[in-house]
Amino acid sequence: MTSNLFQLSDEGKQKVLAELKRYESRQSAVLPALYIGQKENKGHITSDVIKELSRVMDIPESQINEVFTFYTMYNKQKIGKYHVQVCRTLSCMLNGAEDLTNHLCKELNVKLNEVTADGRFTVSEAECLGSCGTAPMMQIADKYYENLTPESAMNILRGMK
Amino acid sequence: MAATETKYLTEFYHLPEFKGLDGYKKNGGYKELEKALKMQPQAIIDEVKASGLRGRGGAGFATGMKWSFLPKNNEPRFLLCNADEGEPGTFKDRMMMEKAPHQLIEGMIISAFAINCKKSYIYVRGEYDDSINALTQAIQEAYKAGYLGKNILGSGFDHDMDVYRGAGAYICGEETGMISSLEGLKGQPKLKPPFPAIQGYLKKPTIVNNVETLAVVKYVIRDGAAHYKKFGTEKSAGTKLFSLSGNVVKPGNYEVPLAFPMKDMIYGLGGGFKAGRKLKAVIPGGSSAPVLTAEESERATLDYENLAQMGTMLGSGAIIVIDDSNCMVQCLANLTHFYHHESCGQCTPCREGTGWLDKIVHSILSGKGRPQDIELLIKVADNMKGKTICALSDAAALPVLSFVTKFRDEFEYFVREGKSKVKGTAFAPKGDAHVGH
Repeated sequence: MTSNLFQLSDEGKQKVLAELKRYESRQSAVLPALYIGQKENKGHITSDVIKELSRVMDIPESQINEVFTFYTMYNKQKIGKYHVQVCRTLSCMLNGAEDLTNHLCKELNVKLNEVTADGRFTVSEAECLGSCGTAPMMQIADKYYENLTPESAMNILRGMK
Repeated sequence: MAATETKYLTEFYHLPEFKGLDGYKKNGGYKELEKALKMQPQAIIDEVKASGLRGRGGAGFATGMKWSFLPKNNEPRFLLCNADEGEPGTFKDRMMMEKAPHQLIEGMIISAFAINCKKSYIYVRGEYDDSINALTQAIQEAYKAGYLGKNILGSGFDHDMDVYRGAGAYICGEETGMISSLEGLKGQPKLKPPFPAIQGYLKKPTIVNNVETLAVVKYVIRDGAAHYKKFGTEKSAGTKLFSLSGNVVKPGNYEVPLAFPMKDMIYGLGGGFKAGRKLKAVIPGGSSAPVLTAEESERATLDYENLAQMGTMLGSGAIIVIDDSNCMVQCLANLTHFYHHESCGQCTPCREGTGWLDKIVHSILSGKGRPQDIELLIKVADNMKGKTICALSDAAALPVLSFVTKFRDEFEYFVREGKSKVKGTAFAPKGDAHVGH
């Protein structure tokens, strides 16, 4: 192991401990704890994050790991500061989602799921985000941007600090 | 006559104040909770049964009937609101949670009182941050106002409610998958029986209902079952929120009585098509519902019976409209990719079948299809039906069967000519474009 072990901040640790008490079963805290770990590790989860959560929660690593790998909102690899997720499913496809994704990748000079050279953006495709009436759309962090055109989407990215 | 909505649940959705407790109360909020707490719980269940309300999440199961499967004792039980809205084309629950979180909460407390349940969760898909924030805030307001917690409004009834955030998995919209997820596990569905009403969350009796279903309960109490049944038909009672998307001019959520003509939805409320385009196909109930041709769509009505008769389903009420500028092979490839991505991997026919469907459709789409691939698709899809723990496998197979059967000429043309009949080209494979899968 060459990397530094990941450690939760005191605040993060308190949040995880609170989640352990929040539900009828301690195991239910695994999903929220993974979000806390991901946030503190710049948006993705590594084996060190799993180890730390296992230690703090006293839940075996294997049990946390199988949850981590099952769900798409836990990132398995490094992402840019802004994770731009363009919905690709049918209603968005019918409204030009693919052109939108291609335009963003071209303008940012990056392939899908890769991080831009300046570390700011990762563009990926997501399955139906429940915004079909306002297609095409993208999600950046927790926010939805709807009724986009390739140009308006790129302008939104340009406006990100 | 211009098609119009029947704004029953959504009457006050245009008011931004309806989101907060004060604005909600000003417009009739929590009045039915007061009324319900003075009723006999069984009387509430009977009223819901009499209303004909059927689950609005997709399966359309009778709500009152589902509740009556709970054991008749004092064993602790749970009410879970399924807000893991993930069926492609569906975005009605998001609107309800963002615009009227108290409406759902009130419906849930009334439902919980009816089934003698002291703890409920709203399981919201992880991407719906605005919904989660709206609900979290509304629940806090409800606690402060005495609508949640101990001895609600002096009735002696206690109830606690919490929100649980999903983490991106379509399968968690399946009720036992959702239960697994809430238990902090992979969201894999559980074998039934036992059904959740007998053994659900943490092996305790559990009722799982959709957002819209639970919100309706308030209105059944307000106006009575007889009034509710005035909307729709005998077997499809009430109004329903439909999510209209795809190639129509005015996509959006529309509330109409069940049995509303699909034609009025598409051309009236939806504003029809851009100049020069016309209707080609409609997926009437979320992406899992078999596709209808233009001719079928124009005579369909939006109710459980009619759509079942036409070999498809009302599902979640998500209507995806496809115009004649689109290639049906490309549309199907989009869906096979979705189901392959979302299969939970537990049952072999689904795990392998969704992969093969996706491979074969994409092979046709890249211009490399073989003549026997069309029959192969049908064979693989047939082998996926009714063989797994949950309905995802069927949901992946049905669109394939309907697309290939009803638009067979487009598939045959693509295989024969190596390009799309509509678009005139083939489409190069992109590979799996998902982080982490």
